[in-house]
Amino acid sequence: MNDLIEKNLGLLIALAIVAISFGGAVEIIPLMSQRHVQEPMEGLKPYSPLVLEGRDIYIREGCNNCHSQKIRPLRAEVERYGHYSVSGEMTYDHPHLWGSKRTGPDLARVGGLYSDDWHFAHLMDPRSVVPGSNMPAYPWLFSNELNLDVTPRKLRALQRIGVPYSDEDIANATQGLEGVTEAEALVAFLQELGTLITERR
Amino acid sequence: MSSGFSLFVILGTLGSLIVFTLLLLMNRKVSNPGQTTGHEYDGIEEYDNPLPAWWFWGFLLSIVFALGYLIYYPGLGNFKGLSGWTSAGQLAQQQADADERFGPIFAQYRAIPVEELATIPAAMRMGQRLFATNCAQCHGSAGTGAYGFPNLTDGEWQWGQSVEQVQATLQNGRVAVMPAWNGVLDAYGIRDVTEYVMQISGRDAIAEQATAGQAQFAQLCAACHGADGKGQPMLGAPDLTNDRWLYGGSREQISDVLRHGRNGRMPGFSDRLDEDRLHILNAYVRSLSSQ
Repeated sequence: MNDLIEKNLGLLIALAIVAISFGGAVEIIPLMSQRHVQEPMEGLKPYSPLVLEGRDIYIREGCNNCHSQKIRPLRAEVERYGHYSVSGEMTYDHPHLWGSKRTGPDLARVGGLYSDDWHFAHLMDPRSVVPGSNMPAYPWLFSNELNLDVTPRKLRALQRIGVPYSDEDIANATQGLEGVTEAEALVAFLQELGTLITERR
Repeated sequence: MSSGFSLFVILGTLGSLIVFTLLLLMNRKVSNPGQTTGHEYDGIEEYDNPLPAWWFWGFLLSIVFALGYLIYYPGLGNFKGLSGWTSAGQLAQQQADADERFGPIFAQYRAIPVEELATIPAAMRMGQRLFATNCAQCHGSAGTGAYGFPNLTDGEWQWGQSVEQVQATLQNGRVAVMPAWNGVLDAYGIRDVTEYVMQISGRDAIAEQATAGQAQFAQLCAACHGADGKGQPMLGAPDLTNDRWLYGGSREQISDVLRHGRNGRMPGFSDRLDEDRLHILNAYVRSLSSQ
């Protein structure tokens, strides 16, 4: 049998995948049936078009490469960042932005922590408010306006995979967003992060 | 988890443990000890030897450990494990332990009035940590502020420096309401008021324009900043007669503030920090300007 497997590369690959997938199958598949993973928290709303565009800018600029959005249930993290993240807060997140690297701080509950002015100053030049920061500056966000061409289609795509946008939401997606800068959208997104759970400790 | 999925997890986990054990035992004996396996690559041959004993027993031991782990911790579907461990439970335990350890210290400091607390170095070290975690992002690690974010060390208190006022600022936050005068004052009006502010802050100003600005100031600005421009902490209106400027003190910067207004916002911390911590932070923040 050893001979057979070792000399048939295709068979070796297939069996290796089967062997490896046991762990994944046991850990991942049952989660798909769990209610607390599937169901949104009470009060959770889909992102408004402005916030959704801000979220896409967050993804485009790679913010999640240095900032996680997931507070683990450890005392030190809960002390610093607030209540640990729960899955019901993220039911409408596609894709999730948990991240696994913290060059900067976790942002799962950054909403409301600083004023809008602070965020604008910090995005324009992080050193102006945090002298030791090594975060890059993002000045172009202030001169770029949102590209609204695909906003309704983004909402439509999310609607198809289960985010409860109404057709009316989609029809009015770009309303009031003419001339809004990318920085404003990004800050709107940041200010909403984690605000559903207000209990901090 | 439904019982079907629970069974799936149990069978998958235990099944793979059993299969690994069988595979291990099957490979325990070799058919031709001392002979080569018959493979040859570039003249390199391989003896058909059994698995090293340390490796074999190590593998077996890790399977025994896995079984023990699955009995003690939750790992098999809906079975909670003998320990009843959950991550949320562990966190609650850690927090309870911390409360038990630090609670008395907080209680002790809580009983000391804010003014006196500032003289206790240990309490101020705690205050410094709290400040670094919660306040330094805007006010700077030394409390010296930044453009648009108040310097806490200069003795100027936009919202007042009494214990009660600082407590209210920390708990509920503050929103400054400097209106934009763009539509009310024309370009000359902005220029004149700017000159008047330059004058009352003790700098060179064009007297004629400043005099014109004084009338406008009395009408529009004095309600909050006071007739003498010395400000009112109750309204968060800063003193305009000194050389401390939150948004810069040049002519251009003052004109810009007049035109567009400013709404500096301090977030409230009552739902982030409990009263014990706010009490210490109050003492620390107030001590910054007296150092």
